[in-house]
Amino acid sequence: MIQVKDLHKSFGDAHILKGIDATFERGKTSLIIGQSGSGKTVFLKSLLGLHSPEQGIISFDGNISKEMNVDQKRQLRQEIGMVFQGSALFDSLTVEENIMFPVKMFTNQPASEMRDRVHTVLKRVNLPDAHQKFPAELSGGMQKRVAIARAIVMNPKYLFCDEPNSGLDPKTAIVIDNLIQEITSEYQITTVINTHDMNSVMEIGEKIIFLQDGLKAWEGSHKEIFKTDNESVVNFVYSSNLFKKVRQSYLNESNS
Amino acid sequence: MNYIEHVGKYFLMLGQVFKRPQKLSVFKDALFREIEDLGLKSLGIVAFIAFFVGGVIAIQTALNLESPIIPKYLIGFATKRAMILEFAPTFASIILAGKVGSFITSSIGTMRVTEQIDALEVMGINSLNYLVFPKIIAAVFFYPLLVILAMFLGIFGGWLAGLLTGLFHSVDYIDGIQLDFDPFLLQYATIKAIVFAFVIATIPSYHGYYVKGGSLEVGRASTQAVVWTSVVIILLNYFLTQMLLG
Repeated sequence: MIQVKDLHKSFGDAHILKGIDATFERGKTSLIIGQSGSGKTVFLKSLLGLHSPEQGIISFDGNISKEMNVDQKRQLRQEIGMVFQGSALFDSLTVEENIMFPVKMFTNQPASEMRDRVHTVLKRVNLPDAHQKFPAELSGGMQKRVAIARAIVMNPKYLFCDEPNSGLDPKTAIVIDNLIQEITSEYQITTVINTHDMNSVMEIGEKIIFLQDGLKAWEGSHKEIFKTDNESVVNFVYSSNLFKKVRQSYLNESNS
Repeated sequence: MNYIEHVGKYFLMLGQVFKRPQKLSVFKDALFREIEDLGLKSLGIVAFIAFFVGGVIAIQTALNLESPIIPKYLIGFATKRAMILEFAPTFASIILAGKVGSFITSSIGTMRVTEQIDALEVMGINSLNYLVFPKIIAAVFFYPLLVILAMFLGIFGGWLAGLLTGLFHSVDYIDGIQLDFDPFLLQYATIKAIVFAFVIATIPSYHGYYVKGGSLEVGRASTQAVVWTSVVIILLNYFLTQMLLG
């Protein structure tokens, strides 16, 4: 479980995060949504330790990150998996080498065991035959799956995903969403996803946090988001006519 | 950001680079990759240019020695001195600043803008140490070899030019090469090569690592890196010459 209390972060005069409280539970997929510039990426990067917040507490299963020493921080980093928006696979390495990279760096396993582990996770993300290919030879969806494989190869306790569906067609996006949700539940990972994709919100949002101007403006599940009367959430989530109609029909069904 | 801030940031970067590699086997793999990318792949261009520069020096010296009282062996002597003192260490380094410098900046810069460096940091890896340290070691150990090769090929190019043009005799040229041989000059050239190698590995890495934006900024950073690497090499060349030979 990840707990965040009163998180503040500024860049110069720009106060981006203005005191966010949030809890992300183990085995659940939590989504952070909000308009561009609402502070989602800064929030995610603060959780990852890529930004240092000026104020506030981030704790991972009770361990407060700013009280950790260098070794504890290094240990924590090994328990974190991250799927970047653009996959961030290492161009010069093959799929197998990409996934093997953290294993090679942090364990002393023999090469055969490392390869077995890589092949197991590749099978898990439905890419059993891609190990000798380079990232440039893969489609966007395949690259995302390799990025997920790399993120889970160290059996992380925490999984962070930044816009995992950006640039993907709707069908592939659903495959990726489902894969993340299955992995979260199967390995009991605390998963936090930054997204703009409203399909993801409806499909896998077990917990949704809506950020607005650096503050948490709403929190609930994908079922509750249909019923909310929070104007900012409604304007953001149901900005398209299609989603407005979907919501209206859901509300009509619930009332009848 | 002003120049002093850049210099300070550059030295802070070096502080992160010079740390013990987190895993020696991973460092070894990276080192061999860098030796291939930065060293072996530069062999052809350095050899080609050194060979022809040696030839041109020999021909120009021969054409400018009009007086019959100036001995012809001076052509070999001048070619040897020019290649060892300047053309091999400095000229080769300027070429490598262009070829290798732009490669380093664009590869690290692309890693920055495509979040590959963030991926390393999230994994708990010291990205500067992982990316830059093997480049420094590869360059510092391999470039002196390239420079020595350039010396030999340049002197050989001069000899072959004489043979092909008939401007001077082979015996005179070889006499000139053997005349007044000072081993310290080889040390001087090697010291320059090591210092320039360090500059070629670190300044482009700095420009690539701290790039912000997209592909356009990576391109701009590559140009900046080549310009600044060349400027620093030229300045250091002056100071090293003054210190070692002055």
